[in-house]
Amino acid sequence: MNSAILIPLIPFLGFALNGLVGHRLSRALSNFIACSAIASSFALSLVWFIRVLENPQHRFDLMIGQWIAVDYLQIPFAFVIDALSSIMLLVITGIGLLIHIYSIGYMHHEKATARFFAYLNLFVFFMTLLVMSSSLPLLFVGWEGVGLCSYLLIGYYFETEEAPRAGLKAFLYNRVGDVGVLLGMMILFLVFKTLTISDLLQQVSQRGVENYFGWLTFATLMLFLGCTGKSAQIPLYLWLPDAMAGPTPVSALIHAATMVTSGIYLVCRLAPLFVLAPHTLHLIAWIGVLTALFAATMALFQKDIKKVLAYSTVSQLGFMFLGLGVTGFSAGFFHVFTHAWFKALLFLGAGSVIVALHHEQDIFKMGGLRKKLPITFYTMLIGALCLMGFPGTSGFASKDEILYLTYLHSPMLWSLGVLAAVCTAFYTTRFMVLVFAGQPRDLNIFDHAHESPWWMTIPLILLSLGALVAVMFGWPEAFGGHNRIASWLQSAIHYAQSIQPEVHELHIGLAWKLAIITTVASLLSAGLAWKLYAEGLEWEQKFEKKCLHTYRILREKYYVDQAVQTLIINPFFRLGQVFWKLGDVILIDGIGVNLPGAVTHVMGDLGSHLQTGRLRNYTLLSLLGLLGLLVLLWSGRT
Amino acid sequence: MTEPLSFFQALWMGGLQGYLWVGFLLFIIGLMTVVLRRSFLLQFMGIELMLNAINIILLAFGKWHGGIPTASTFYLFIIGVAACEAAVGLALIVELYRLKSTTDADQHSGLRH
Repeated sequence: MNSAILIPLIPFLGFALNGLVGHRLSRALSNFIACSAIASSFALSLVWFIRVLENPQHRFDLMIGQWIAVDYLQIPFAFVIDALSSIMLLVITGIGLLIHIYSIGYMHHEKATARFFAYLNLFVFFMTLLVMSSSLPLLFVGWEGVGLCSYLLIGYYFETEEAPRAGLKAFLYNRVGDVGVLLGMMILFLVFKTLTISDLLQQVSQRGVENYFGWLTFATLMLFLGCTGKSAQIPLYLWLPDAMAGPTPVSALIHAATMVTSGIYLVCRLAPLFVLAPHTLHLIAWIGVLTALFAATMALFQKDIKKVLAYSTVSQLGFMFLGLGVTGFSAGFFHVFTHAWFKALLFLGAGSVIVALHHEQDIFKMGGLRKKLPITFYTMLIGALCLMGFPGTSGFASKDEILYLTYLHSPMLWSLGVLAAVCTAFYTTRFMVLVFAGQPRDLNIFDHAHESPWWMTIPLILLSLGALVAVMFGWPEAFGGHNRIASWLQSAIHYAQSIQPEVHELHIGLAWKLAIITTVASLLSAGLAWKLYAEGLEWEQKFEKKCLHTYRILREKYYVDQAVQTLIINPFFRLGQVFWKLGDVILIDGIGVNLPGAVTHVMGDLGSHLQTGRLRNYTLLSLLGLLGLLVLLWSGRT
Repeated sequence: MTEPLSFFQALWMGGLQGYLWVGFLLFIIGLMTVVLRRSFLLQFMGIELMLNAINIILLAFGKWHGGIPTASTFYLFIIGVAACEAAVGLALIVELYRLKSTTDADQHSGLRH
């Protein structure tokens, strides 16, 4: 029964071993420790998944001990495994295992791999802690922990200049969000007097929907602020593209498959709470669709293969939040599931290309790599088809479900979502064509390209199989499928079953119509991209000349980074400098510390001039003193 | 209480005051030697003079108080200790001379800030 505690514990042991003595172990041994830790964790997750699968309505509560007990603040150290967390566990440990194996090949030429694997194991520990925890504070521990690992792994190449900077940026953006999570938790505690998720949701079921701006709306808004930080949504998405400075397996595991989806997990976990705050849900839907659209347009003309994928991730996370915002919690979560597979696949494929080209990330210098890297090409093709929502793929199933629910909610949101999907198809085709099709643009790089070792290709193949199979879990019912994942998640998401979500009536005709519109538009845009880029870069260069401003705005990501720099960071920096110069240097250091010191020094200096060091002077002075004393005594007597 | 005698009267009469005057003069001479002379050796002599001036006064009081042996005994001890002190002092002077090749006390003014 308590084998669940081993799921986070084994990766933690792996972290401790590799972190403490890893540098003394041989490379093979430290790789083995890291991978076997995740593998055993994966096996346990599988066991638990099957156990949950047998009875999806059941929740396994695993009490381990009391963590905090102060008056009515009772926080148990306990885990809960239900459909939601077991699927997350499967994704984390499953994809995590594949990425660990891939990393053996990818990090082959690096020096300190023990450190890398220690961080990866630590990440899996915190991430599993996050999804398994039964109370918000314990969840927050995992939440902060994955942020820490993200920081450590982004800054893994700490000798370079941009990697530590990017790590710091990610960390700081996440701090802004985490303040939101803390505030949300505090408000929930004030309102409900408990932070255990099950108790919280039990009480939620007794409250009505909050159509005004009340405590619940505020709390959910604050929690959502945390989600925008962790899951890279507007306004806190800026760290994710920079996070690509880390090693590619890290981008795949943390910044595509798992950590960035923890915001969606949090909303799903507290879904009954969010259902009570329609204003928040409305905002989530809008933020989601806007992020999806803007990030997709930003990805259109990126040069760096990982940057394209990074913006794509932001965009897809936007789709997930769109799904959540229109109360399609299971649809949003299904997109988490499918996206984890195909985006990890795309990132690992990109990593394979990067390694094959000896760390060249510029897609303008690639081209024609299809023959050189066949396995990478075909697996990435599967990933790309999923990403652009090609009919029949897992990406199609989940995205279509979201868009269908969005249309029922508001056609306006739906049209924006379709626009984002069209952009997605365009940039996906663009980078695939530029990398794999056409003629090689840099022969020097092309000639030295070679297919990656099997450490790297086997995870790619397995992930592409996963991306294909994932569709089985949730093929939309409108197309004659059975949305298994939705029925599994039913009890986990709608918890106390007293609050039913809006029952979406199934209009099969409408679903077909919407799906056809989206698919045709996407395919047209993909075909357009294919036609434009098949010849190479000429069209893009022409476009750049003709529409310089548009091109530059898109390439520079709407100048948001620069705007944040000038409007927020620089003023804060100046304010900090003022406080530093005025408060710290002048007030505290100067007047508070150095001034008394200087006064003492000067007085001592003056006094020290009385000291001649000559014995005769001292004797004379003592004599005079004695005489003075005698005179005083004498005059006192008479 | 009789009137204090003049200096020469006191010396002439050989009473207690005569001894006190001698001691006092010796003490002043010693003190002035320390203050005015610059050589360590002379200063050291001045210190010895002051010590002995005090000893004279001690003995004089001892005699005046009925010739009790305490003062004389005490004086013998002082001579012993003073001999040791003279040895230490001279050794210090030798060391100081080695340090700066001079016995000029004003040159040895390093104990300042």
